[in-house]
Amino acid sequence: MAYSDKVVDHYEHPRNVGSLPKDDPNVGTGLVGAPECGDVMRLQMKINPDTQIIEEAKFKTFGCGSAIASSSLATEWVKGKTVAEALAISNTDIVRELSLPPVKIHCSVLAEDAIKAAIEDWKKKKEVSAPAANATAGN
Amino acid sequence: MAIKLPIYMDNHATTPVDQRVVDAMLPYFHEKFGNAASRNHSFGWAAEEAVENARAQIARLINATPKEIIFTSGATESNNLAIKGAAEMYREKGNHIITQVIEHKAVLDTCKRLEKYGYEVTYLPVGKDGRIDLDDLQRAITPKTILISIMYANNEIGVIQPIQEIGKIAKEKGILFHTDGVQALGKIPVDVQRDNIDMISLTAHKLYGPKGVGALYVRRRNPRVQLSAQIDGGGHERGMRSGTLNVPGIVGFGKAAELCQNEMAEESIRLRGLRDRLKDTIFSKLDEVYINGSMTHRLPHNINISFAFVEGESLLMGINDVAVSSGSACTSATLEPSYVLKALGVGEDLAHTSIRFGLGRFNTQEEVDYVTNRVIEVVQRLRELSPLYEMAKEGIDLSKMNWKAAAEH
Repeated sequence: MAYSDKVVDHYEHPRNVGSLPKDDPNVGTGLVGAPECGDVMRLQMKINPDTQIIEEAKFKTFGCGSAIASSSLATEWVKGKTVAEALAISNTDIVRELSLPPVKIHCSVLAEDAIKAAIEDWKKKKEVSAPAANATAGN
Repeated sequence: MAIKLPIYMDNHATTPVDQRVVDAMLPYFHEKFGNAASRNHSFGWAAEEAVENARAQIARLINATPKEIIFTSGATESNNLAIKGAAEMYREKGNHIITQVIEHKAVLDTCKRLEKYGYEVTYLPVGKDGRIDLDDLQRAITPKTILISIMYANNEIGVIQPIQEIGKIAKEKGILFHTDGVQALGKIPVDVQRDNIDMISLTAHKLYGPKGVGALYVRRRNPRVQLSAQIDGGGHERGMRSGTLNVPGIVGFGKAAELCQNEMAEESIRLRGLRDRLKDTIFSKLDEVYINGSMTHRLPHNINISFAFVEGESLLMGINDVAVSSGSACTSATLEPSYVLKALGVGEDLAHTSIRFGLGRFNTQEEVDYVTNRVIEVVQRLRELSPLYEMAKEGIDLSKMNWKAAAEH
């Protein structure tokens, strides 16, 4: 199977690999996929509650080269965007940017899901932490 | 010594043709191009002589007689001929066939087609070691059983079945025993007398011969096996397989068999040593690696390893100057992980992380060391990238995670 140059580039030089403190109230974590399916993505974002701007994004992915590239690209794209802008990123944008073949479209869907899941997690934490100060957030 | 890249280590898929085999074949393309069935001139006689010589070379490798070797286009055809040919020929005796779940598709799909025609097929399970249970086999036999088809050694995990014992059971019960021998031939000693094999499918391209030529051994005595031909025509090959013989291919197959006969003992020791070197280094440098299938009953040149938390296709991408294959779904046409590993009870999560190494005659120690180091390096890099590895290191039991809920989060 031949990979596009962009997929190879992200695979060889993944951007923003790593973790953010998941208990930080300003960090949202999205964990999507399943080991049995061969893809698991974890996307984390640190969001400024006042400006709603995504200041930091990190990922770790278990999956094929296209899955790694899709999540790497997602972290690049969400950084500096507002929450609303990040939610507008669609999997088809990722497919186009990385020239993913049809069998790899699910990788882009997973990356979109990971963005949404991370933001969802962050929103939930805000709701919990607003009334009660000592609430702990799960993922 | 400088290493030439890419390195080929996928010898269960196919092997390069040995130069000595090429040299033996060359005269039969242009100078001695005759049709082996031409009985009335020297061109035909030369071709026939070459074919008969090859037949004897192949027969010797499995302790058969030359007349028992039927040439075909390859092992897929041989498997089809053996199973369909016997099923059709012995239909009045019974309609039941016993095989097992980790056979090659050439056997499984052939059996599935026979099921459509009213035959009954039992697919025996395999244990964690990849071998069938002989008690299961005994229990599966019915008065209607006409054929047992169990492969000699598996193409993915290299596990060798208890062939001698199966042959003995089949003989006692008067049931024909067919085995797909492509992975074993020329790698370990195969003996149709010792093993009580009635039919064995063979192919040239897995033992440093050319593609497009195979054979089926069909026992002539005790018992005399009869098959219904699946390809009709001029009645070549004792009427079992019509079609002009592929003389250069057959000559190459014969030469390849002869080389294996002479060199197998030494070669298997060398390859076993290299294989163990690869395995031992990987196990000393990496945690959470698992061997798929029995290590005791295994071809000397095979190893199949799951590298937990690293998806197989991404690993292959990282070692793109090395040719190996993976049981990951992403590398298969069906997007399903390996059915062989699943049958062993390997979880789908681990099946996705498996790599098959198939060493061969032309692999050197330098190449093996290069591949080993590349694999270790890439696995370490990808584990740094793997959320699963991080979670496992934190002590989270991944099997108890609710992944669906995580996905729906």
